[in-house]
Amino acid sequence: MLIFAPQDKCAGLKPSHTVVRGQPFYPFTFTQMMTETVQDSRSPSAARRSFKSVTCPFCSLLCDDMNIESRHGRLRVESVRCPRAVTGFERPSPPASARVDGVEVDLHEAITTAAKLLKSSRQPLFGGLATDVDGMRAALALADRTGGIVDHMLGDGIYRNVLAMQDRGWMMTTLSELRNRADLIVFAGTDVISDHPRFFERFVWNKESMFDLDTGGREIIYLGRGLDAGAGVSPQGRQPWHLKNDPQRLGEIISAARAALAGNPLQAKTVAGVRTREVNRLVSRLKAAKYPVIVWSPPRLDFPAADITIAGLCEFIKELNQFTRCSGLALGGNEAAATAGAVCTWQSGYQLRVNFGPGHPEFDPVRNATGRLLANGEVDALLWISSFDPAIRPPQSAIPTILLTPPPEEFDRVYSVYIPVGVPGVDHAGQMCRVDTVVSLPLRKLRDTTLPSAAMVMQMLLKLL
Amino acid sequence: MLTRLSGGTVYDPMNGVNGEQRDIYIRDGRIAPPPADPETAAVNLDLRGKVVMAGAIDPHTHIGGGKVNIARALLPEDHRPDPVPRTTITRSGVGHAAPSTQATGYRYAEMGYTACFEPAMLPANARQAHMEMADIPIIDKGAYVMLGSDDFLLRMLAAGKSQREINDYVAFTITAAQALAVKVVNPGGISAFKFNQRSLDLDEKHAHYGVTPRQILHTLARAVHELGVPHPLHVHGCNLGVPGNVETTLKTIAGVEGLPLHLTHIQFHSYGTEGDRKFSSGAARIAGAVNRNPNISVDVGQIMFGQTVTASGDSMAQYRNHAHAHPKKWVCMDIECDAGCGVVPFRYRHQKFVNALQWAIGLEIFLLVDDPWRVFLTTDHPNGAPFTSYPHLIRLLMDRSFRNECFATLHPDAQKMSTLGSLTREYSLYEIAIMTRAAPAKSLGLTDRGHLGAGAAADITVYTPHADRQRMFEKPDYVFKDGELVVKNGRITRVVDGATHTLRPAYDRGIEKSLREYFDRYMTMRLDNFRLSDAEIENDGRGRLIVHRGRAA
Repeated sequence: MLIFAPQDKCAGLKPSHTVVRGQPFYPFTFTQMMTETVQDSRSPSAARRSFKSVTCPFCSLLCDDMNIESRHGRLRVESVRCPRAVTGFERPSPPASARVDGVEVDLHEAITTAAKLLKSSRQPLFGGLATDVDGMRAALALADRTGGIVDHMLGDGIYRNVLAMQDRGWMMTTLSELRNRADLIVFAGTDVISDHPRFFERFVWNKESMFDLDTGGREIIYLGRGLDAGAGVSPQGRQPWHLKNDPQRLGEIISAARAALAGNPLQAKTVAGVRTREVNRLVSRLKAAKYPVIVWSPPRLDFPAADITIAGLCEFIKELNQFTRCSGLALGGNEAAATAGAVCTWQSGYQLRVNFGPGHPEFDPVRNATGRLLANGEVDALLWISSFDPAIRPPQSAIPTILLTPPPEEFDRVYSVYIPVGVPGVDHAGQMCRVDTVVSLPLRKLRDTTLPSAAMVMQMLLKLL
Repeated sequence: MLTRLSGGTVYDPMNGVNGEQRDIYIRDGRIAPPPADPETAAVNLDLRGKVVMAGAIDPHTHIGGGKVNIARALLPEDHRPDPVPRTTITRSGVGHAAPSTQATGYRYAEMGYTACFEPAMLPANARQAHMEMADIPIIDKGAYVMLGSDDFLLRMLAAGKSQREINDYVAFTITAAQALAVKVVNPGGISAFKFNQRSLDLDEKHAHYGVTPRQILHTLARAVHELGVPHPLHVHGCNLGVPGNVETTLKTIAGVEGLPLHLTHIQFHSYGTEGDRKFSSGAARIAGAVNRNPNISVDVGQIMFGQTVTASGDSMAQYRNHAHAHPKKWVCMDIECDAGCGVVPFRYRHQKFVNALQWAIGLEIFLLVDDPWRVFLTTDHPNGAPFTSYPHLIRLLMDRSFRNECFATLHPDAQKMSTLGSLTREYSLYEIAIMTRAAPAKSLGLTDRGHLGAGAAADITVYTPHADRQRMFEKPDYVFKDGELVVKNGRITRVVDGATHTLRPAYDRGIEKSLREYFDRYMTMRLDNFRLSDAEIENDGRGRLIVHRGRAA
């Protein structure tokens, strides 16, 4: 297998518009060309092919060590046991047609109808936003042109984190730092594995680390009753320490810990359902560690004013840095929320929940929330993108709705316009941003399809507006 | 089609043209030699009475990458008073300290800039930096890849690897990250901070690797030189912002033993400890050292008064400075055993002694460095001030009485500590053209930019001369990008996509074997995916790469 060719071999790989069955496709990436086995290099549809070092777009960790086998266009995940990856990559792509009001039409008619809907809308909402970088670029261009609002399907979680960050800032770390450096990891209100199944395998119980850290000796602490702490048991069988506080009262635990750190321990014997003594012990463990990391997941902190709890956590982390080094790591970001947030920030200057209605971007994470806008009838058209999971549908509403998803097994209702799109990283190449907001990865095309990408559909729409 | 720009007063230092009336011809996006018959030009633009220069080049401006995006997200209140409305040809966005990508391109172009370089692209963040820069329209872009606190390099130094092997690694990183040059930020210090060291002076040992910043600097400067990278190692030194750091900076210059070095935002590294407040100007000593050492170039990183945000790879210094945050919020990050970053919003005030003296120190350096080919005009955007303050800065350099009026408004103790009032130098238009065009192009190895000779890219800016140089420079009459008229009377008239400048130094690809093993053992991404392909930047025709070969090593 040719793993890495000299750079000058790149010369023949100039980007080109490969036209397959009338649809333009992305150019191959250099990486893609270089890492495919030479078993059969004609096209992704060839009878049998292996793809190595494939990026998985189905959670925000963007694991890029996947080996994918393709047999007659059916994909199979090799060597990795991750339910999200298996479901995502192995989901079949049944033949699908565009629809207008439930009636099958050709792509051109669907796009023309969608353009008319957007044109006549006074305030459209671009929701879902589960797409790659180019898809998000196109969605923002459309929102800018039509005076629309952008919000992601996981906007509530994003909003909690963004508010905390914008209030006081934070000290954060990234996945490779965690993997190589963390000697103590606190999971605050999340067990991680349900959203990111390979987190422990890749970043906690990894065998090797840069600084000869004994990863098996890492101290694992969970904060919150009801969390599944099983993944926190070390390969040698060492049990994690689980503080079973009332999950909604995490903020009180953090406040008590900050008071203890400041040398003013609580007089009360218990806080949020755990003994104050335990909280004090948590503080001394953190102070004694060399590089503790506190992990949270904004979608899992789903209670009123959770942003204040996150802000408290962030202040606690900063305060710990007076004694040792300590960092936070915010997870979540699935369904390309991390990508949507990053692109929205660089193109509009603001994190998600931006309204382009005034002719310039206006950020308001409370007013521009999908649920609120639909419930109050403040938008009159919806374009919903869910390009990784066709089953994620927009909330019910009576307004004209344009749906862009891969072919679904069935429809839950009749949409004004439905346009089938490919899955980024399966049906077409692209790029996505990882959850730690630093690393981004290339996505590859693994199978032949006639489906356009969401980005292409929206670029075509833009031309008609 | 031949376009003739006739009768303008041309300042083109690369070709020795100092304020002479010349005709400039454009054909196919390039400057064309004058035809035998000038009347053959299809279009004639009468520029009599106008000043003509090449498009300006900013060699140090934080315009793309993770820390800039953190700065954007952190400061909605800074964006709100400065919305950039959508027009029929331009996208909406926001401005001030950390503008949105499209607004960055428009505002630079509207100011007559046609190329800008992001100086601190982390290898781990290279893909995002390029994705952001791809969304900056009109201007050309490029980036310097940041090394010096990356585990792989420090590991190599600790293991006593040869300079040759290190050169291979540096060249690989330039290539993989699609960079044009190499920057080092607080050499070793960003890594040391992760091991809980809170400062790291030039000859202090890193707690884990046992190497010193001096070793890192010297090795990287040599690597850059031996690889034939046109731009010298771009150095953000140790002890940024620390009173007394002038000594470190002078030692850095002396210690490099004649190797080329570019000391960036040197203003922040020119502080003494004299006076009652133990904070003084080291500008005269720094300028003297620059004047004596022709291997040294600098950019200033001038500060301007008002609100801005500091975004730096130097997490150690930014953590140290967080108490000064205004408003009171800040971000620090440890990144991928590779680098770090810190974002601290800041408000510089006239009446604050330290800020007032920082302002004076920057201007002292501008005026005391004799050779305009070795001092570039920057505010270290947005760290000293947003780039939109450049016309004001040009006026400060060109107009002594204006400068002295501003100086007189400063904190009185700062005035007493500065020699600025006694400096009579006023920059000429020719010198401004050197420091904002010819010199950065030459330093970066952009042979067809920064000048108006035949064959150069037709990146051209036309101004109406005005006694108020700020007015003159903030609103050019015309800006041409690769021969296309993109700005008229300071407003965008056409949006084009600029190119991305990169370098491909030769190296022994054996290094990739050890890197592959290293990535597989420790990192959270594969080497193949770390590497940024040409196709990703070209993105189906949206982007364009200009690959520079570098000088013969």
